[in-house]
Amino acid sequence: MRYAETGYNLEVDLSRGNIERVETDPRDTELYLGGLGTSAKIIWERVPPEVEPFSPDNLLIFAAGLLCGTPATGCNRTIVTTISPQTELMAFSMMGGFLAPELKYAGYDKVIFRGKSPDLVYLWIHNDKVELRDATHLRGKGAIETAALIQQELKEPKAQVAAIGAAGENRVFFASIEQGRSSASRGGIGAVMGDKNLKAIVVRGTKDVSIAKPMEFMELCNEVLEYIKYRNDHPIPGVMPILAGLGSPQEMKVHDEKWHTENFSWGNSRTRRKDFWNEDIAREWTETMESMRTRLISCYNCPMTCGATISPPGMPTYMMKCFSKLTYTMAAMSDLEFGLGIAQSATEYGVDGFSAPQVMAFALELLENGILTDEDFPGMPEDNEGRFYWLLEHIVHREGIGDILANGTYWAAKQIGKGAEEYAHNNIKKHEQLPLKLSMLNPIYFIMYATGEKINITQIEGQFPQAPFPKREHREAFVKDWFQVPDEKFKQYFLDWEPRGDNSIPYYPTPPMVADIVDWQERMHYIDDALGMCAGLSSFPLKPPYHLHNYPKFISAGAGVDMDEEKLTQAIRRYRTLVRANNTRRGMSRKDEKPPKDHWKKRFPELEKELLDTYYAFKGWNEDGIPTETTLREFGLDYVADDFLARGILTKDADAPPKDDAPEKGKEA
Amino acid sequence: MPEEKKTKTVKTIKVDVDKCNGCRACEMICSAYHAAPKYSGNNPERSRVRVIREPLRDVYVPVYAGEYTPAECLGRDKYIIDGKEYDECAFCRASCPSRDLFKEPDSGLPLKCDMCEGEDEPLCVKWCIVDALTYEEREEEAEEDEKPEDIDVGIEALADKYGMDKIMDAVARMSQQKKD
Repeated sequence: MRYAETGYNLEVDLSRGNIERVETDPRDTELYLGGLGTSAKIIWERVPPEVEPFSPDNLLIFAAGLLCGTPATGCNRTIVTTISPQTELMAFSMMGGFLAPELKYAGYDKVIFRGKSPDLVYLWIHNDKVELRDATHLRGKGAIETAALIQQELKEPKAQVAAIGAAGENRVFFASIEQGRSSASRGGIGAVMGDKNLKAIVVRGTKDVSIAKPMEFMELCNEVLEYIKYRNDHPIPGVMPILAGLGSPQEMKVHDEKWHTENFSWGNSRTRRKDFWNEDIAREWTETMESMRTRLISCYNCPMTCGATISPPGMPTYMMKCFSKLTYTMAAMSDLEFGLGIAQSATEYGVDGFSAPQVMAFALELLENGILTDEDFPGMPEDNEGRFYWLLEHIVHREGIGDILANGTYWAAKQIGKGAEEYAHNNIKKHEQLPLKLSMLNPIYFIMYATGEKINITQIEGQFPQAPFPKREHREAFVKDWFQVPDEKFKQYFLDWEPRGDNSIPYYPTPPMVADIVDWQERMHYIDDALGMCAGLSSFPLKPPYHLHNYPKFISAGAGVDMDEEKLTQAIRRYRTLVRANNTRRGMSRKDEKPPKDHWKKRFPELEKELLDTYYAFKGWNEDGIPTETTLREFGLDYVADDFLARGILTKDADAPPKDDAPEKGKEA
Repeated sequence: MPEEKKTKTVKTIKVDVDKCNGCRACEMICSAYHAAPKYSGNNPERSRVRVIREPLRDVYVPVYAGEYTPAECLGRDKYIIDGKEYDECAFCRASCPSRDLFKEPDSGLPLKCDMCEGEDEPLCVKWCIVDALTYEEREEEAEEDEKPEDIDVGIEALADKYGMDKIMDAVARMSQQKKD
């Protein structure tokens, strides 16, 4: 009997149209938990570095996290894993919504796609009945439209659908997978889905998900629910509104956008407009949001209402959350009405709300600077907003210049040449980042940007305040009920952090403290991605209801896997190292671990080197950012160590334990 | 002389559809509570409350399982409220042959809300912290007895239609069946 998980994966060979239900090894749950953890292992075992993103041998894995479908509030995320066409590294992108629990109720933990279908198809999972169905009539349809059409044709209004739009079908490098309420957007995973000729995955499940120790588990769930209510009533004072509460940033609720509009950069991540926000704009944008927003909505089993149903005038209704509210607006130097309108098209086409607007702004910057000319944009309207719609159309259909832009700013710049590379200035690991350009180097953010493998800052930050509080008394008040810290020393780090003077950025927190802080924040995100927990109730906000102290209990009581804090930390480090190993094998190393050159005005090369050296050593990686043999064997990743030695990625560590003493013997791939 | 008034407790779950966020926590916790042993599993398909949910049309209606009925209605109700058209039978609580709602997924046996008898409040309410579901209890005066006139009126109507003999036969046949 398996608890919380079902113990079965679906293996779908799209080339041959073959579908198998395969039992999984319960020992992997102990070592890698589930979700991202077990998916990283599958990628390691079955997708060697020679496999190109658009090869039939690339896998596309939809995984429900270990605790999805249990009563744990907010545990609803699907983790999609593949090799990204944009970064050429292992991509893992998450979406909330309703798909992951439904997959559990249907009796599966993961759906693993391989091969390439000869024609456009969708996968229909109805409990034990699983079939590939023709989707040629859905070619070119919007992602949201597709979901509705499939529900109608199957007469299954309760089926959950994740689909791609035209962008995915046309292998746009920043295409998303859309699920109505949520999307898995980063890393161009929608392009891989399109390359496999898979239009959608459709799930309906009516079976039970079981709990190992029911009464204990419910008690933990009730504590979480109580704490959510407490935190809703007690926002954290002294931080900006979107960081004060729980959930994804409450962008659909918050009208005051002074902070985003004046601190984030507009256009192609260029211009800070420090006096942008005023009463007129506040009134106008509030009216826009209130006239278009029909309802605040949530994902499965979550009270946080981070999303909203948006009905722009004259356009179909769609659902939005978080910061895509402003990305189009700010890239186009326009207003909220434009942003909410074009996001409707972008959602149907299925593109990443961070990358897409930046690619379009990048194209117009190249035009302004004569690197591209009017001839590259035949028929493009004169007005700014019309241009963005025109560009979106051309990118998602890969028409004209859109065919080049569809590869993202990094690859497009290389193709265009003539100095275009200078304009693709906001990338890390070839992927567009949030449009932030700041003054003084922040050592914590430096390490997070440099070493994050989820390629998005919001997916590594969270537990530690972003900036020091002005006065010691504020800091003392903050640490008073900060029980989430893994260790008391984190309170001291924060208490001593001053806005100015010796204990301020960039030299404080010191490199060893930075390593501790980043590691804590990263650990939280990696747990979430294995359990399927939404970052909004866990890794992203300050003082969340889920933390390192109650997670082991959730896993023990829920999945029946014996777990404590030590064992959990070991498991997280194991699969986090495995994610890195997948990327190391694909050529990623220290040379790639750089925030954009212009991210901060004031840079400190020596300090940055020390920060990175310290962090790598803390993680058990060598100075090139590659996990050492000792580290790999300590985590029972002997199969990785052996592969690295065989490939010459590592040479034998003098201090590595002899292989026979290594833990987890017999776990070689 | 007036006799002492009898009272009964009326339990109400107030459903504010405007506040529903569509998360279905009510379905999840209902099915977990009614699992045997309690909380050993969950499956929204076994829930005695279901959210009729069509996000793009902004339709969110939590409906509770009521009485089982063996027959479909001859007519079906369709409501349009504030310009929003709701599905046929959307607000009906019956477990009936015309739809798959409120039936155990494996046995097909009907489900019925029991207000989580024994708990302080129904668990769907406890878990709905957006307050789309709230719980109220009130005491109401109980009717002494059923008014005899109601039965008389009904039987007279039937007798007019079918004749007294047929009614007598039917009553005799039904009471015999009950004994069997």
